[in-house]
Amino acid sequence: MSVFDGLRFRRGSSPIHQLDPRAKFFYVIVMFVVAVLFNELLPLVVLFLIQIPFVFVARVQREWIRSLRGAAFLAIIIFGFNFLFTYLSGQYELSYVLERSFAMSLRFIVLVESFSVFFLTTSPDHLGLALEQSHVPYEFCFAFTTAVRFVPVLAEEAQTIMDAQKTRGLELERGNFIKRIRNYIPILIPLIVNAIRRSLELAEAMESRAWGATEKRTNLYVLKLKKSDYVLALLSILLLVLAVYIRLFLPVPQLGVVLRI
Amino acid sequence: MIEVKGVSFTYPNGVEALREVSLTIHDGEFVAIMGQNGAGKTTLVKQFNGLLKPTRGEIFVDGVNTRKVSVATLARKVGFVFQNPDHQLFCETVEDEVAFALRNFGFEESTIKKRVAWALNLLDLTEYRETSPFMLSGGERKRVALASVLAWNPKVVVLDEPTIGQDHKQKEKLRQFIVQLIAQRKTVIIVTHDVEFVAECNSHVVLMAQGKIVAKGSAKQMLTNSALVTQASIVSPQITQIFLELADLGMPIDLINIHEAREALLNFLEVDS
Amino acid sequence: MTVIEAKGLTYTYPGGTRRALEDVSITIEKGEFVILTGPSGCGKTTLCRCLNGLVPNFYGGKLEGEILVTGLKVSEHQIYELARHVGLVFQNPENQLFALFVEKDVAFGLENLGVPRDEIRKRVDWALQMTNIENLRERAPHELSGGQQQRVAIACVLAMQPDVMVLDEPTSFLDPLGAQQIFDVISRLNKELGITVVMVEHRLDLASRYSNHVVVMDKGKVVLDGEPKDVFSSEAARLIGVGIPKATRLSQVLEMSGVRLGRVPVTSEEASQVLKEVLSRD
Repeated sequence: MSVFDGLRFRRGSSPIHQLDPRAKFFYVIVMFVVAVLFNELLPLVVLFLIQIPFVFVARVQREWIRSLRGAAFLAIIIFGFNFLFTYLSGQYELSYVLERSFAMSLRFIVLVESFSVFFLTTSPDHLGLALEQSHVPYEFCFAFTTAVRFVPVLAEEAQTIMDAQKTRGLELERGNFIKRIRNYIPILIPLIVNAIRRSLELAEAMESRAWGATEKRTNLYVLKLKKSDYVLALLSILLLVLAVYIRLFLPVPQLGVVLRI
Repeated sequence: MIEVKGVSFTYPNGVEALREVSLTIHDGEFVAIMGQNGAGKTTLVKQFNGLLKPTRGEIFVDGVNTRKVSVATLARKVGFVFQNPDHQLFCETVEDEVAFALRNFGFEESTIKKRVAWALNLLDLTEYRETSPFMLSGGERKRVALASVLAWNPKVVVLDEPTIGQDHKQKEKLRQFIVQLIAQRKTVIIVTHDVEFVAECNSHVVLMAQGKIVAKGSAKQMLTNSALVTQASIVSPQITQIFLELADLGMPIDLINIHEAREALLNFLEVDS
Repeated sequence: MTVIEAKGLTYTYPGGTRRALEDVSITIEKGEFVILTGPSGCGKTTLCRCLNGLVPNFYGGKLEGEILVTGLKVSEHQIYELARHVGLVFQNPENQLFALFVEKDVAFGLENLGVPRDEIRKRVDWALQMTNIENLRERAPHELSGGQQQRVAIACVLAMQPDVMVLDEPTSFLDPLGAQQIFDVISRLNKELGITVVMVEHRLDLASRYSNHVVVMDKGKVVLDGEPKDVFSSEAARLIGVGIPKATRLSQVLEMSGVRLGRVPVTSEEASQVLKEVLSRD
């Protein structure tokens, strides 16, 4: 669960929180592209390091570290597989294989890092708004924010149902694999029935508040790109151009070689 | 029957729901636990059948420490009826629903049959034996939930907010039903903020506020004490409010229901004339 | 001026076997505070749904008879057109809030109607102020207590500036203090803004002091319709099992024992007053 913990929005008022979700999303995409451009360790280390200031400015260090810890397990697996397959092919020397495998796990970590900064600092509400203003159909945006809104409610409901059935002698951990799955039926059925009932009530409340009255819906909040958003977008573009230039025209040395010099 | 000794409880999210609570509930007692939403009432009763275990302190149910046994074992003694029946109904027929717990507890089929018939009869549900619980009305579903717990004949019955969403007649039926349970020497604990219902039941009352027990006593003592009532963020029964205004005329002020009020007024008028 | 006029409403839910409404006729005047009560399943909720067109537009089926709300024939208008005139608040506060912030939720209806942003801002602020929840504007619904959530739900409807507000058991999930706050807010809207209120309620002990018109339903029919003291003191109300206010019930019990009170009290203050007179009579 800790990976998801590192992706859950924390309310805050840092400059990073204030940035427009669209600008931040652009930055995440650029990070993604650049990370995929390079197989070498050196540029990936650079990518990893340049994001750290964001984390500190946003004051989400603790959650960020938790997300990295959550990602560590997968990173190790990625390292293992890369190491095994490149080494077994017998074409490369050990130091190269090691560095290459490190690079692959680090690429994964860089991706987790940028996504985690994005989700930790972007409220789902703003995200919904950003979707709306990017001409995503309103029904979809509404479904998105409502889903986020009801996650804690449903989690609580699932807990109550589990408690109610435990009280009636249901033991979830009893029996073999098949039996254990069947044990969840008394929990799933009330959960589904209640979700359907709830959605009906929601639909009633939506209708009663003029859902679908006009095609031209207005909005209480409007996201406006600020100077800082343009700065972030510009920096992202520069990074992208630089990365493409390096990829195409410059040789990227092995980190081991650089350090020896 | 139930002994709570210095229990504190903190939820994993850091909310301190119970602080140093101590309480004894005797065999055959009828107790209403009252207080504002969020006062810790439900958290307290969930400790009685082990759904929650104390962070500090200890609870003994029928002499057994709740830490030492499973929920299923405690549930045999402490039946718990949740507020919303829809959080537990899932079977195809009412009969299966009532038999569910009995099967879990490993009763024999012949015993199960007898118990189910008994419980359905007790709650006036026999005609719905083969009906799907989802086809029933809200009040009926509530009764099915109650039957499904009473079927295994627990010594203690906990009812969480049993009067919510119930109309006047349904409440009156519920009250009569509780009286029956008490007559069968069961311990009945209700969690509620329905002051009028408690005044009518005339049970014992435990007042809670902010995770602590404010006071315990008879409904009369608790509900007519305006300081306690304010502290627990409830309101006093309407009859009590009426008679508070009449104190100057020499009327008693510790009245909580119509029955008592009538007696007192007739007595007063008789003495007077 | 008549705001709600229903004549011979009869309705069965699609797939239902029983009539949810049977020949219901009521008239409600502007500015009234109506309490609609009766045993569970008597058709109160269905009648509420008729008032803004959820029945039959959302639920389907055929509604016989005629109903006019603020002069509009419900059968000839969409729910969203009626939403400007009639606001519905439901029993479960949790299932009528969709947004992640209170303020955004209150704006929802106005956004749907395409109201300009400045106007939305003004009306949202006003609605939050009228329901006394300005301090909650940036909170998430799941962080609020049931009573607070219900006040948000009222603000959501209020922002659309309806002439009529219909509330279906708005306090049944709330504790006494939470319920009291809801009643106070609704009473304020009724008195200060002249909004006509139709409230379904079982807790008549608390609610009846605000009301000047009580309608009792049973098995899909309107069985009693009139002033609170007349309705509550009728024998029919007791037989149907309406939770008559204790003040009224006490007076009935005393009358039966031969004590003459002279008038029928509904609230505890009135009861105290009547009893004071009786006790100091001799």
